[in-house]
This record gives sequence, C-alpha cells and structure tokens, in this order.
Amino acid sequence: MTGDAHHLLPSPEPVTLIGVDGQATGDPGHAVPDDTELVRGLAALITARRLNDQAYALVRQGRLAVYPSSHGQEACQVAAAQVLTGDDWLFPTYRDTVAAVGRGVDPVEALTLLKGDWHCGYDPYDHKVAPHATPLATQLPHAVGVAHAARLRGEPTVVMAMCGDGGTSEGDFHEALNFAAVLKAPVVFFVQNNEYAISVPLARQTAAPSLAHKGIGYGVPGERVDGNDLAALLAVLGAAVERARAGGGPQLIEAHTYRMQAHTNADDATRYRKDDEVAAWVERDPITRLERHLRERGLVDDEQLAGFAATAEQLAAHVRDGLHRDIEPDPAKLFDHIYAEPTPQLREQAALVADELDREGALR
Amino acid sequence: MTATATEHVKLTMAQALNRALRDSLAADPTVVVFGEDVGALGGVFRITDGLTAEFGEDRCFDTPLAESGIVGVAVGMAMNGLRPVVEMQFDAFAYPAFEQIVSHVAKMRNRTRGRVTLPMVIRIPYAGGIGGVEHHCDSSEAYYAHTPGLHVVAPATPADAYALLREAIASPDPVVFLEPKKLYWSKEEVELAAPVPGIGRAVVRREGTDATLIAYGPTVPVALEAAAVAAQEGRSLQVVDLRSIVPFDDETVCAAVRSTGRAVVVAESSGFASVSSEIVARVTERCFHSLHAPIRRVTGFDIPYPPPKLEHFQLPGVDRVLDAVDDLQWEDR
Repeated sequence: MTGDAHHLLPSPEPVTLIGVDGQATGDPGHAVPDDTELVRGLAALITARRLNDQAYALVRQGRLAVYPSSHGQEACQVAAAQVLTGDDWLFPTYRDTVAAVGRGVDPVEALTLLKGDWHCGYDPYDHKVAPHATPLATQLPHAVGVAHAARLRGEPTVVMAMCGDGGTSEGDFHEALNFAAVLKAPVVFFVQNNEYAISVPLARQTAAPSLAHKGIGYGVPGERVDGNDLAALLAVLGAAVERARAGGGPQLIEAHTYRMQAHTNADDATRYRKDDEVAAWVERDPITRLERHLRERGLVDDEQLAGFAATAEQLAAHVRDGLHRDIEPDPAKLFDHIYAEPTPQLREQAALVADELDREGALR
Repeated sequence: MTATATEHVKLTMAQALNRALRDSLAADPTVVVFGEDVGALGGVFRITDGLTAEFGEDRCFDTPLAESGIVGVAVGMAMNGLRPVVEMQFDAFAYPAFEQIVSHVAKMRNRTRGRVTLPMVIRIPYAGGIGGVEHHCDSSEAYYAHTPGLHVVAPATPADAYALLREAIASPDPVVFLEPKKLYWSKEEVELAAPVPGIGRAVVRREGTDATLIAYGPTVPVALEAAAVAAQEGRSLQVVDLRSIVPFDDETVCAAVRSTGRAVVVAESSGFASVSSEIVARVTERCFHSLHAPIRRVTGFDIPYPPPKLEHFQLPGVDRVLDAVDDLQWEDR
C-alpha cells in the first residue's frame, strides 16, 4: 500500500479566523465568511445561549429530568446547522439540542425526551434531524448509511455526523469513519472536543496528537478548528460540506471548545476541574468574540442586538410555555409502534392494561 | 413473481435462500444486500452467489470487516428509503453488532412513534452440527427473541427458507433471520410461488396423537426422525415446526399440545433462560388442564458450545428426544 498521508493531516493549530480580541487573524487557507452569514450567526448564537440557559433553569424547576447543556459550545451548534441545506441530514448527540433547533426542530419537541413524555419528540423527516442518540457514537454508522443511500439514489445529500471527544474512543466512531471512507460517503464527522467526557479529561481519553489525526488511519482528511470562533467553524465545516457534496468523500473536523457547565445537572464538575480553568474559557466565549468583531466593523449596533435578544426571549417563552404544559402520556400508547402490527402477545398485554385502567376508572 | 408462478425446482436450503435474494433484488429496486465476503466470493456459504454479477456493486457489495458498522450503516440506509439485507458471517460474529441491534434496530420505530421504521433483514447462519470450531456454532436466538421490536425467524425447510426470506425482506419491521447451517444442504422440491403461512405462523409437520414435539430450525428434522422411529415402536408423535420465534404462534402450538396432552420441546440452544423455557412456560400457562405430564425439554447443555469432537453430546439427538417422550408419565394416564 502506498500513498502520501500528508494531505490527511490537520493543521498544526486549530483554524481561527476571528481572535479572542475580535480581530480577524488573516488565515491564509480560509476566508472570513460573508458579513450576512456572520450577522445571521450572531443572532443564532444569542438564541442558542438563551435556549441553553432556559433549559438549564427548567431542570432546576423540575420541568426537565435532565439537560446536557452546550453552554459555551454554541458556535459549534450554530455552525453545524448553518452550513447545511434542506437536503442535508444532521445526526445529533444528546448535547446537540441547539443544533437540532437550528435545523428548524421545535425546541419543545426537541426537549420531549428530556422532559420524559416520550423518547424522540419530533418527526426526524420534517427537518432531516435524526433522533438524539444517547449511546455514544452509535449514530455515526447510521449517518454513513443515510449518506450512502442518498448517493445510491443520486441525491445531493450531505450528512453532518456529530459526536464528542469521548465518543471518539467508541468502536462505532472508528467503524463509521472506515465505512464512510471506503464507500466515499458524503459525511462530515464533527467532533466537539469540549475537554471532558463527564469527568474524564482528554489526556485520559486519548494519546493521539489530536482527535482530528484519527482520520489518517482511515484515509479521511482531518482538520482542527477553534470551536469558539463561529467564523472559522462556518468556513471549515462549510468547505467540508462542499467537498463531500462534490464527491470528495468524508472529512473529520475537530472543534476545540469547552463545556462551561457540568455534564448535566446530575454531575458535580468541582470534583474534577478547577474554577480558574473554567474562568480562562470565559474570555474565549464565542458570543462576545463575534459581537466585538461585528461591532467594530459596524455590522451590528445596539438596536440590532436588542432585536436578537428579543427574538431569543420569545423562543425562551415558547419553551417555558411548552414545558410547563402537563401532558399525561396515554398508557394505551405503550403498545403502539413496537411493530407495524402488534403481535398477538402485545394485544393481550394491551388488553390487560386497558382492563386495569377501566377498573381504576370505576373506582374513581 | 409472475414468471415463477408455477415453477417447481429442486433446491437445497442454500439455493432457496439465494433464489429468494435474487427474486427480491429483481422485484424491488430498493433492496440492497451487503456484508463480509458477499460479493465476488458469494458469501462463505455461497448464499449470495452471483448476486453482484447479476445486479451490480451498488445492489450487492462487500463491506469492511465490522459487524456493528454493517448493521449501523444498514439502519441509516433503511432510514433513507432502502431495504438492506445484511449478512453476519456466523452467529458468534454477530455479537459486535449487538448494541446496534438492541438499541437501534429494535427500537427505532418505538423511539420515533412510528415515524422512522426500519425494513431490514439481518441474516445469521446459526447453530451447530457442522463440525465448526469455537465461535462458529452458537444458538443465539434467545438474545434476539428477548428484545422487543425484532421479528425472529428460523426456517427448517428449503421451501420455508425461500418463502420466509422473501416475506422478511418485504416486512415493514426488522427481521433477524436465523439460518440453520447444518440444513443448508438439505434438499427438497420447492414450488416458489406456493402460498405458505407467513411470519408468525407455526405449522404441524407431522400429525400424531400421543405427544407433541415442538421444534424450530435445526431441530425440526431431529423431531421428525424421532417421530418416525416412535411410529415403528407404536407411539404416534405430532411435530410442530415454529418457523417464527417472534411473533410466537400460541394458537397453533397450544392447539397441538391440547390435542395430545403431552409435549417435548426440542432446541439446540442451552436450556437455561432460553426460547425453550419460554415455550414451556407459556404452553403450561395456557394448557395446564390439558396436560397429562409436565412438558419436558431436550436442549443443549448450559455450557459453551463444545469442540467438534464432542458436539454430538451437545446436540439433541433422536435417542434423547425419545427418552424424554418416555418420561411423560404414561403410566399415570
């Protein structure tokens, strides 16, 4: 076997287009996206942050069982959705509610699983967003299958397949990359490296030079990007989507970001990381950085920002209303959708529950 | 199907399965076949022989050697409008795909309230009796049968292999299709378009009045042979072939057991917490007052599948079946 692996190597440092100070870095390989894309992205970032913080508050109020927040990772969430077209698919993890909402999924439906009313609350075909995957990396082979089926049918679909740093240790991550490469499937594997898999830091997760290097073994080009720089994410992910759509095959993108909050409300991050580590990431916040950049270039002003905040507030109110609505799931539905037609055994069991409910009703 | 409407052919089970795949590929352009070695080689058991040549690389293709990836990719293809039929090379080699099967294949319809369905077939050459070395002879049906959302099917004849595989591929639900390896070379006249009972229906393979043998997959011929021997000894044994483990045909099985009042379940798999235990439990619950004796089981022992030189001790044989029949408390009648 021969072949030059150099084109597979990620850049030595993550691609950054707008620095922490809000100034353009002048990266030779990537142009800063159009102004309209950046302004649109800032509006989406502000909504994303509000959605994260609203959902987190609803956990404390007992309206959600749990919420894995992407607070601090909103640039990744926004970019993943923004670079796709309506033909494309998004495969989210449980921390990617905001990306799903970015595709058009109603946030109340996106949070159904975490509220406990049912599992997947939305129709995956409506916005081409797969159900949130909880078992790590298991959704990645599905993403490859959707992409391969689209290719066989001559459709222009590209699939954005998301996972976290921990997910890259799972077998399905590796099998999915290998399948995608061999099948030349139009998939962009997008890893949000937020430094922790619950409590386990990256250094205990991998000895690889970077997560993007993991593509080399499969012939998949890797790239690293500043995960708190929306401009860089739009440029790098956008180029990967374009390449995949043109038949160039899969790519692996690692975004360097940080999980600002605990894994979920059930986690205690003070047991495994120091406050000053978290504080250092505050100044790299994706929203302040982009806002500073756009203000300095005169592309947004206070009035526009107030408008973005008002839109975000409307979405938060919609989420609050939706999640404060008490839904009594119908027990009879327990037996629906196991098979196209219930088996005789399931009919018997459904009748048993119906009988229990009848007797309960008679006692009331 | 019209071209084959009256076609009678003598086929081995392997050929019948190959024919079912071919006819399904020809009938439905969304059917795709893939797995390890299924292309140029035609599969290690030649079940996919000639399919790539006839239908092209897009319809039947070799994959990397990764079972979880194979099943996971099939999930995505089924989500996006295709009907994948994947081959796991051997029973025990399907275990890497277990998480995909249990967490996604079985649950997708339910997780999404019927919006995403997975019409796909996972073909698994299974069970022993071919002198296979370790990890090639597992009876893994209980794992799949225990998982709600999967259909689990095991044919015992070439005709059933053809009909059930065609039906499995056409099914709107995922089907785990267990192919008894030792029956791949069994041969019979198959009428390809003959109407046969569908998935979920058992059949009575041999009528009898004294006791009922309940078998599926590789133990059906054992039960039939036992019944033939018993007949020479003056005992009339009925043989029921389950064909489908999930859905389970309580109606046919219970009617059969009620008609004789005695039953023996014959299965290759280890007996503890198995499909055979389930059969005994549900038949006892439904037919207690028709039973003249506790239902007996003849199963594999609760040991890892033994090496080839010892496998005949593990496999239910005619003598063990007849001994179990002898134990059905005839003197108490």
